[in-house]
Amino acid sequence: MKEILKALVDVIWKMPQGLLVTFKHMFKKPITLDYPKKKEPMAPRFKGLHYLERYEDGSERCVCCGLCAAACPADAVYMEPDENENGERLAKVYEINMLRCIFCGFCEEACPEEAIFLGREYEFATDSREGFIYSKDQLLVPHPRKESAFKRTIRRIRKIYGVEESR
Amino acid sequence: MEQKTLTLNMGPQHPATHGVLRVILEVDGEKIVKATPVVGYLHTGIEKTMESKLYYKAIPCTDRMDYLAPMSNNLGYCLAVEKLMDIEVPEKVKWARVCLAELSRIKSHLVWLGTHAMDLGAVSMSLYAFREREMIVDIYEACGGQRMMTTYIRIGGLAYDLPPDFEKLVRKFLKEMPARLDDYETLLTNNQIFIRRTKDVAVISAEDAINWSLSGPMLRGSGVKQDLRKDNPYSGYENFDFDIALGETGDAYDRYKLRLEEMRQSLRIIQQAIDGMPSGPYRAHVPGVVLPPKEDILHKMESLIFHFKLITDGFKSPKGAVYQGIEAPKGELGFYISSDGTNRPNRVRVRPPSFVNLACLPVLCEGSLISDAVCAIGTIDIVLGEVDR
Repeated sequence: MKEILKALVDVIWKMPQGLLVTFKHMFKKPITLDYPKKKEPMAPRFKGLHYLERYEDGSERCVCCGLCAAACPADAVYMEPDENENGERLAKVYEINMLRCIFCGFCEEACPEEAIFLGREYEFATDSREGFIYSKDQLLVPHPRKESAFKRTIRRIRKIYGVEESR
Repeated sequence: MEQKTLTLNMGPQHPATHGVLRVILEVDGEKIVKATPVVGYLHTGIEKTMESKLYYKAIPCTDRMDYLAPMSNNLGYCLAVEKLMDIEVPEKVKWARVCLAELSRIKSHLVWLGTHAMDLGAVSMSLYAFREREMIVDIYEACGGQRMMTTYIRIGGLAYDLPPDFEKLVRKFLKEMPARLDDYETLLTNNQIFIRRTKDVAVISAEDAINWSLSGPMLRGSGVKQDLRKDNPYSGYENFDFDIALGETGDAYDRYKLRLEEMRQSLRIIQQAIDGMPSGPYRAHVPGVVLPPKEDILHKMESLIFHFKLITDGFKSPKGAVYQGIEAPKGELGFYISSDGTNRPNRVRVRPPSFVNLACLPVLCEGSLISDAVCAIGTIDIVLGEVDR
């Protein structure tokens, strides 16, 4: 009898307590996001889809030295060198297999020309295996690019590596 | 002849085995007569892969073993290589590494808490635990750009300097976390269902725990005071003031309380680390072994040469073998590296805490009910990526 009474008191007294917790949460900001519509802000160092940077006049920064391919732990980078009419080295073929890539950022660290960066794009699903092998045309940033965006990127990367902005 | 027992396969596709663990249970009614864990369904050959890679390229492999505590794995491997190469890292690196390793301990314990409680019926617990985990993952993202496979701790230092907002993020976490831990306690510690599912379940005595060479919370839960952070300090743990949490009876409930206490102690360590973080370089200056800073590569010839040499060829290690054990969230994580004088390790052997701890599963659940096997698997805190490697 005593136990039943105790259980009854528990229900009468403790149920509202529990419900109060639930009720309070109705006025709190939810921690979940309405994902495809809203997105979580990314950290400045976020490692997403690669892109190949250009000089301000539009020529490619990459000289096809092969350091990114050498540094890649997953052997995702493939390249073939070529020369342009001025005798400057550049990549004829530059491919990154995004299925192999583990997004460790070793290529970005290895690059001595500041040519390859890991960008902020992370939604690049396709429906075929071939679609994941990114060629140079897909990786290069479009040429008539907004100046401010370009400078902003360089500033961001330099901030990470601790290079002064004046250079 | 009449068969008395029934053989029951639990797993490999069973949500309560935390991955692809298979347990062959021989049951007599509801009682378990014999339990045999079968591992290997997630074998990825990580040890062998590491042998074929240059020393610095093997770091991403370590992330993928215990993917719930990547920083601890990075730390163990890098300490082992640093021991082999005889590199002394700057003070700031040591403190930052301690801070990150303790964050990964909390992260790992949070996932354990969420999944273990969910196995036992407290589903909302996992939502709370993953909510707090998000803060740690955000700190990781700010540090290394990756949320899970961080690869942030490198041989001779860190990948990049600590981010400018590191202190702010960690302090925010330190401010919020103690109250959240108290919340968990109100949900579980006095919860009758949870107590009945865990108290006197999956018991292992101190003597048995030592004989099965358990480590981490599994060993300390039985009351054996063993913690590599105190016994054999690495990465400057001797500078920190913290207590070793101990259990008494060695049952699942004890280990739950112990892990909560460990999280509190980790918070203490992080607080000390963030308060006393020294300033200085984030990498040791060892030309030819540690990558030079990026600005030197752009402006100094020697640095560029070292950079090319190091990335294409790696560095040559002296002949010999080293063992470095660290106190990972799940127990003693050891890396044994034997070198034959080339730029690749001759043999890398990992002493995985999950694998060794899993071996005692028959002791934990033989003679108990089938439903207690779920509790026993949960309380060991296994990650199958580490068990099978």
